[in-house]
Amino acid sequence: MTERENILGRIREALRVPAERHGHGVVQNSPSAPHESHASDWLPVVGESFEQRVELFRANAAELKADFHLVDSREAAAAHLRELATAKGWKKVATHTGELTRSICADLGVDILITDDGYDVNEMETCDAGITECDALVAQTGSVLVTSRSAGGRALSVLPPHHIVLARRDQLIADLPAAFALLKQTYGAGMPSMISFITGPSRTGDIERILVLGAHGPKHLAVLIVG
Amino acid sequence: MRVTLFIPCFVDMCFPRAGIAMVEILERLGHTVECPEEIACCGQPAFNSGYWPETRAVALPILQRLRNAEVVVIASGSCGAMVKNFYPELFKETEHAQAACDLASKTFEFSDFLVTKLGVTDLGARFPHKVTFHDGCHGLRELGIKKQPRTLLAHVRELELVEMTEAESCCGFGGTFSAKFPMISTAMGEVKCASARETGAEFIVSNDASCNMHIQGLLDRQGQPLKTIHLAEVLNTR
Amino acid sequence: MNSAAQFRDDAKRLTHDLRHRELIQSALKKYEVARDAKKARYQDWESARVEASDIKWDAVNHLDAHLAEFARNAEAHGTKVHWASTGGQAREIILGIVREKNARSIIKSKVMTGEEIHLNEALEKADMSVVESDLGEYIVQLRHEAPYHFVFPAMHLTRGEISDLFERELGSAPTNDAGELTMIARRALRKKYITADIGISGANFAIAETGMVSITENEGNARLTCALPKVHIALMGIEKLLPKLEDLALFLPMLATAGAGQVLTGYNTMYGGPRQPGEADGPEEFHVVLLDNHRTRLLADAEQRDALQCIRCGACLNVCPIYKNVGGHTYGTTYQGPIGAVITPHLRGLQDWKHLSFASSLCGACTSACPVKIDLHHHLLQSRRNARGQKPLWWEKIAFKLFAVLANSPALWALAKPMARFGQIFHPLVKATRLDPAYVWTQSRELPKVAPQTFKEYWKGRNP
Repeated sequence: MTERENILGRIREALRVPAERHGHGVVQNSPSAPHESHASDWLPVVGESFEQRVELFRANAAELKADFHLVDSREAAAAHLRELATAKGWKKVATHTGELTRSICADLGVDILITDDGYDVNEMETCDAGITECDALVAQTGSVLVTSRSAGGRALSVLPPHHIVLARRDQLIADLPAAFALLKQTYGAGMPSMISFITGPSRTGDIERILVLGAHGPKHLAVLIVG
Repeated sequence: MRVTLFIPCFVDMCFPRAGIAMVEILERLGHTVECPEEIACCGQPAFNSGYWPETRAVALPILQRLRNAEVVVIASGSCGAMVKNFYPELFKETEHAQAACDLASKTFEFSDFLVTKLGVTDLGARFPHKVTFHDGCHGLRELGIKKQPRTLLAHVRELELVEMTEAESCCGFGGTFSAKFPMISTAMGEVKCASARETGAEFIVSNDASCNMHIQGLLDRQGQPLKTIHLAEVLNTR
Repeated sequence: MNSAAQFRDDAKRLTHDLRHRELIQSALKKYEVARDAKKARYQDWESARVEASDIKWDAVNHLDAHLAEFARNAEAHGTKVHWASTGGQAREIILGIVREKNARSIIKSKVMTGEEIHLNEALEKADMSVVESDLGEYIVQLRHEAPYHFVFPAMHLTRGEISDLFERELGSAPTNDAGELTMIARRALRKKYITADIGISGANFAIAETGMVSITENEGNARLTCALPKVHIALMGIEKLLPKLEDLALFLPMLATAGAGQVLTGYNTMYGGPRQPGEADGPEEFHVVLLDNHRTRLLADAEQRDALQCIRCGACLNVCPIYKNVGGHTYGTTYQGPIGAVITPHLRGLQDWKHLSFASSLCGACTSACPVKIDLHHHLLQSRRNARGQKPLWWEKIAFKLFAVLANSPALWALAKPMARFGQIFHPLVKATRLDPAYVWTQSRELPKVAPQTFKEYWKGRNP
């Protein structure tokens, strides 16, 4: 017998005895029923309108110490990035090819590493920032949803010390249940190999529970809604 | 109503004033009180130590003695949890299972009985002191008693209640735990005492005399002037 | 020394260490304040707990089906799924991959199951260089000690101690600044991610319907561990299964709030296979090792089966007054605190670990804090019963038999009172000395006095 069969056999043997559940008594083992989720009713409340969601995202971002900007055009976003590049003294940034990244990073005035078809990780290590698109922004938690397909791979959003996210207005969604529904709708059975909810810059409290940003990933996270 | 008062062992021996206060309050409210002489202890020390058959030997006569009681009021949250929650567990799948469930459903912790069962909140008490309230763990988490004692205290004249930050933290007694692991039990009690002291209260009020016993034991050793008192004694003042 | 004696000795030492108690309690106070603030944002935290508990209950009680579905879907996306009944088998599987790849260096993100099966020791014995990348884990690895808390591994150390450690081990300049200390570790670990041959991670959840594992972290170290090395191995207990991807919508925020007082943890990442065609990076191979290691023994205990619902958030440790006073190392277990006291007897043997179930006041703070509503403190009671049922202490058994006789006899009970009063007259002569029969109590506390008139005496006087 394989270990797979051994383990599954022990599980089946164990489950022959119906479990006792505190407050419910002995519960007979019925077939697993499809469960209807009410998570949206329990989780933190999110407003209906775009404005309410922007404000919630903005408040969450501020609490997480992430930068958030709502800019009204791609030109404004590009100008914002150019300012940032100058202010921070960026020499090289990494990005991937996407509809927003292409137009906004076109004349940033610094060297650019494109990750699309693979890249040298030592080269990415020298980049001052990673600029990515995303799948969605989650108002409820202030999170950025990225995947290995939407955001230039796995490392681009976490290796450089500064992560810039470019999002469209319609990418701001209400809550986590909506985010998972969106993933299923977008990718179906062909999910990317990595899906990540990024909630604020990299952080740690491992030393005396004192908050420190930039533990291993980006010390700075900036989110731009371009609309 | 004919109220059967269950006086636990340590209330009988060391804190009779709490029991006497309950008798006086219940009688003043017009109820007939009886205290079965045969009942000494709910059996929790043996139960919590893992000796369930030995516990049944203590609990069974109690089940039988209280079979015909109209309502049972118990003078401790912890012993109340034993009777209400753990007797059914103890007698599960035995011929006494139904009797245990019957007893559980007609047993009330004292403050819960007053507020929930009788709907009484003002007993005309007057206690001109600053107090803080300690939630005994069993009363709080096994029986869900949090508001009842506070509702009663809110109606006591000239009483000022100041909540301590550690109101819901265990005092460290835990029955046999306090003897098996005295150092941990004491450390927990010190946290409780420090939190009570911070409020500037003169009295720690609780609906559980066993917690009071532990807290008072620590306060006395530390030479603190702070005193513990049972809720019933506060409610019985005039 | 056996585990019970070690527990008792360490508990005694640490409860007397006021500096240690202050450090842990003030850290956990910060947690409590943050957790309460975040919980207050939920529309209904209690209903969220009920739903989370229901989902996990169902998952655990249909574990065979969910595991099989998980493996099928993972393999369909190119993940290699391995099954290990024991810690030894899991170590062999991982060492086998390491040897096949001729790997020399390994970067790890936090893997509690790795601690459970002593994975680092096995890898080091095979001449691997193994580096922990989670800051807390890295610190305790440098100190050659076990994690102090399965969520906050280095919570017992002050900035000064960490600075001294880094100075000694890494040659860094001393500093009292948590930010600078973190940057020292960041610099030390950066190159390790890039040069490591293999990344090893744990998993917080595994999703049956998609064959993905979900990893929760704040630092980004797991993201890097799972992005850069050519091979990624995830080691996880078989109980981590959730049926549906969208179940994470509830579990990810609840894990963050209950465990660390956050709305959501910094990075919540789902891995569904190795690098796919068209993706920029990612490992060439992704292995998932499913570990039993006596979890099926816990599953077979119908009373305590719900302990397998645990999502390892650490909430029960954070609120436990025992944990707050004795600290994490005292337990001597991989999983500390109430959940450790419940599951360790199943994982490692009841008679050797039963003392953990007795080292509790049964206050139930753990049960109230548990986001998946595991009946923790009642399980401690059941373990006490199981332990004494198997192997009673002869003197305790006699004592409780006598106690039953005493409690059932009003005459004997009445007699006990004058005897106690008599004893009290002489008690001051031996009080708080080793001769005191009540020494365990009186060494630190005053004993209550038997009242001049007991309640029963009062009652008898009223109703003669």
